[in-house]
Amino acid sequence: MFTLHVNGQTQTFDGDPSMPMLWYLRDELGLTGTKFGCGVAACGACTIHLDGEAVRSCQTPISDANGKAVTTIEGLDAGGNHPLQKAWRTLNVPQCGYCQAGQIMQAAALLKQTPHPTDEDIDSVMYGNICRCGTYQRIRAAIKQAAGV
Amino acid sequence: MTQHIREVASSSIENVSRRGVLKGLLSTTGLVLAVSVLPARPARADEPKWGGDGMPHGTVNNPLAFVSIAPDGTVTIVCHRSEMGQGVRTGMPLIVADELEADWSRVKVAQAPGDEVKFGNQDTDGSRSTRHFFLPMRQVGAAARMMLEQAAAKRWGVPVSDVEAKNHEVIQKSTGKKLGYGELAADASTMAVPANVSQEKMGASTPVSLRLKDPSEFRYIGKEGTNIVDGFDITTGRAKYGQDIRLPGTKYAVIARPPVMGGKVASYDATDAKKVRGFVQIVEIPAPTFPLAFQPSGGIAIVADNTWAAIQARKALKIVWDDGAHGTYDSKAYRTELETTARQPGKVVRNEGDFAAALASADKKVEAEYYIPHLAHATMEPPSATCRIVDGKAEVWTSVQSPQAAHDLVAKYLGLPPENVTVHVTLLGGGFGRRSKPDFAVEAALVSKGIGGAPVKVVWTREDDIHNGFYHTVSAERLEAGLDKDGNVIAWRHNSVAPTLFSLFAPDPKHEAPLEQGMGLVDMPFEIKNMSIENGEAEAHTRVGWYRSVSNIPHAFAIQSFAAELAAAAGKDLRTFILDLIGPPRIVDVRKTVKDFWDYGENPDTYPIDTGRLRKVVELVTDKAGWGRKLPPGHGLGLAVHRSFVTYVSTVVEAAVDDKGNVTVPRVDIAVDCGPTVNPDRVRSQMEGAVIMGLGLAMMTEISFKDGRVQQSNFDDYQVLRISDAPRETHVHIVPHGFDVPLGGVGEPGVPPVAPALLNAIYAAKGTRIRSLPLGQQLAKV
Repeated sequence: MFTLHVNGQTQTFDGDPSMPMLWYLRDELGLTGTKFGCGVAACGACTIHLDGEAVRSCQTPISDANGKAVTTIEGLDAGGNHPLQKAWRTLNVPQCGYCQAGQIMQAAALLKQTPHPTDEDIDSVMYGNICRCGTYQRIRAAIKQAAGV
Repeated sequence: MTQHIREVASSSIENVSRRGVLKGLLSTTGLVLAVSVLPARPARADEPKWGGDGMPHGTVNNPLAFVSIAPDGTVTIVCHRSEMGQGVRTGMPLIVADELEADWSRVKVAQAPGDEVKFGNQDTDGSRSTRHFFLPMRQVGAAARMMLEQAAAKRWGVPVSDVEAKNHEVIQKSTGKKLGYGELAADASTMAVPANVSQEKMGASTPVSLRLKDPSEFRYIGKEGTNIVDGFDITTGRAKYGQDIRLPGTKYAVIARPPVMGGKVASYDATDAKKVRGFVQIVEIPAPTFPLAFQPSGGIAIVADNTWAAIQARKALKIVWDDGAHGTYDSKAYRTELETTARQPGKVVRNEGDFAAALASADKKVEAEYYIPHLAHATMEPPSATCRIVDGKAEVWTSVQSPQAAHDLVAKYLGLPPENVTVHVTLLGGGFGRRSKPDFAVEAALVSKGIGGAPVKVVWTREDDIHNGFYHTVSAERLEAGLDKDGNVIAWRHNSVAPTLFSLFAPDPKHEAPLEQGMGLVDMPFEIKNMSIENGEAEAHTRVGWYRSVSNIPHAFAIQSFAAELAAAAGKDLRTFILDLIGPPRIVDVRKTVKDFWDYGENPDTYPIDTGRLRKVVELVTDKAGWGRKLPPGHGLGLAVHRSFVTYVSTVVEAAVDDKGNVTVPRVDIAVDCGPTVNPDRVRSQMEGAVIMGLGLAMMTEISFKDGRVQQSNFDDYQVLRISDAPRETHVHIVPHGFDVPLGGVGEPGVPPVAPALLNAIYAAKGTRIRSLPLGQQLAKV
């Protein structure tokens, strides 16, 4: 039996301990904001925070999250008004939008570590998050807007 | 909301007299403004149909299908085209809202289910949503606005000429009295309908009785400052895509599909699969028959309690495949085959002057061969669909570009009458043409049927997506030309060899269809007196599908690269040389020399090939990019220009090549002439995205086959452009136009000129000509 704290709520689970957090969040809890993109930690669409650190939920077995605080895009900010979320909307970053939750979660972790990132900082941390629509230019701009740089 | 739309849509009035009085429809959300319009002027049977009229189910301008107004004034506008990032759920309702004089902040957008009889064509493909529906959506909004004005005039007992709808209210001009749209909706629904709304397209007159706004009165159309309607839901994780549908009691399925096109299951053993915790059931999917069209690939479906359990059980499944006729498909061998064919004379599809004689008299001869591999769409959302069948009625929730095609196929496979099938359209996590093919929706229907109709979601993994796609064609393009002593091109031959996407629909066609030839091959706009444009035979050994901008990718890559090679051979500046090749501003009428010329389904008289516009985008982009500016060592500027989807795009790429042969792209400029724009921000974003996709396919993206199987599996070996490779600067330049010019496409035309501009830039930087895509490690020095 595992106990997790997902977006501030305590959840228990007694299924397959090797099941990745991705499928637990999506299929069991219905938190579908965390997206399935590749299943092999190669695209970043499934990025969540585990005790504040960005991880790929598709490669994080539920056993690794036991007792930890899990934050998904749904729990990043109660009103959906994290500075990154606001900047994303102001600059109309999304096209199809499918990868954007993962992009925002990764960017949120970046800003915690590096509050005033350069283009190089952004590229090196956001490298793992693919966007097939090609919104990279606006992602950089939105991160900098949220960071006030 | 979807329920509401269905009720409204199903109540639409079929036979409306020219000045019939319509009854309002009472719905749970308020009074629906019930205006309707007549169908198009009946066309003569022998009249060719163009644009939206040429599409299945044409266009619909019936406000009843698209607009409802609640008592609190909330206006709900239906978007019937699929949103895949191009911004259609913002742009289409914006057109209606503008003509309706609605306050955009009080507009809600609802998504239509698949129902083309009610909404008109929904096949969101070919860069044509706004092009085909700009006028019908304006008519929808204008008709609704006039009904509201009539209602207010009647209430006040004044002539209609004394009232005016403005920003969600109707105002009496002489007194300044006002009534809100919510207060008027019920009365408006009883008003006489404006006279027949003509469906004549651009250039034709609209009956005066329906007053469209003068473009100078547009409040939103063509203006900056409109945010996308799904921005909040997307940034907060609330947005729902096909993969996100979750009904009570949903089971989850993955399918083991044949790895080779047309292959099938010889035998299988599910003993171990059934032991996996969470396993529910096996469902066999029947093998398809040729031609494959959009049929599911067949195979074995595993149904489980969650996606993870289904994936684990599939791993434990043992299957022996019968590969069928295409198990020897090998990209290396096939490339040789294509190139050999390209060196032989092909079927002549356009001939002008005498190529052979002109070449013989040429001062200098140049020839080159180009290769462009298969590509997979790799939409960020892998395909997915959910189906539930209750009491002989099937409901499907899925992310498809053509919900009507999904609807029709599901009905056919389930043996249900069409009216018993509903396809709900979610947001699409990318499309690029992949989701025009609804094989995955049929799979969900078959699996649901196999488990007694219970709700089931079929999930494609990324590996499924890479291994079982509909791939962009593979192509060898051979060009040769002759220059006179002044470096002018006097002879031009192009032989294009590529398996056709029509191999999906017909037994073994060997040639590119007019639709593919019209994508940059026969419509080549250069002013050259002697040319032979040819198309050699090629056989398809995989499912060839259309990929964002389709055959324009290989054709533009070859032609624009070759033009730069000729400029180098002539010792001329590329910009000058390209403008000389294009020649003076004129209309190039390809119909004179090309049988069955296909101009993106449009009337070539309305959408001619206009070299003036082609020149303009070259001049604009080179001016903005600072063509000829001094660059750091190892940097070069490349230029390309291409017309596709009746839009003109030119690109300047700055490439930097380091000592090890690594290529970076500091800056891209892209100029687009797509006629007037509805939402300029989404035009810019489509161009920005096209730059990324174009650079990706130029630099790293490739699908290859061995033993009939795709050799790539996921984003580790199917490389796409990442943020670290993305230009630091992309500048989009839109050619301004008034609404006297017809609208062009936007979603696709940005892609074709990007790859040749990059390779031309690399040549400018290093003097090395790359003719085979992707670039990969070709410049790497050991």
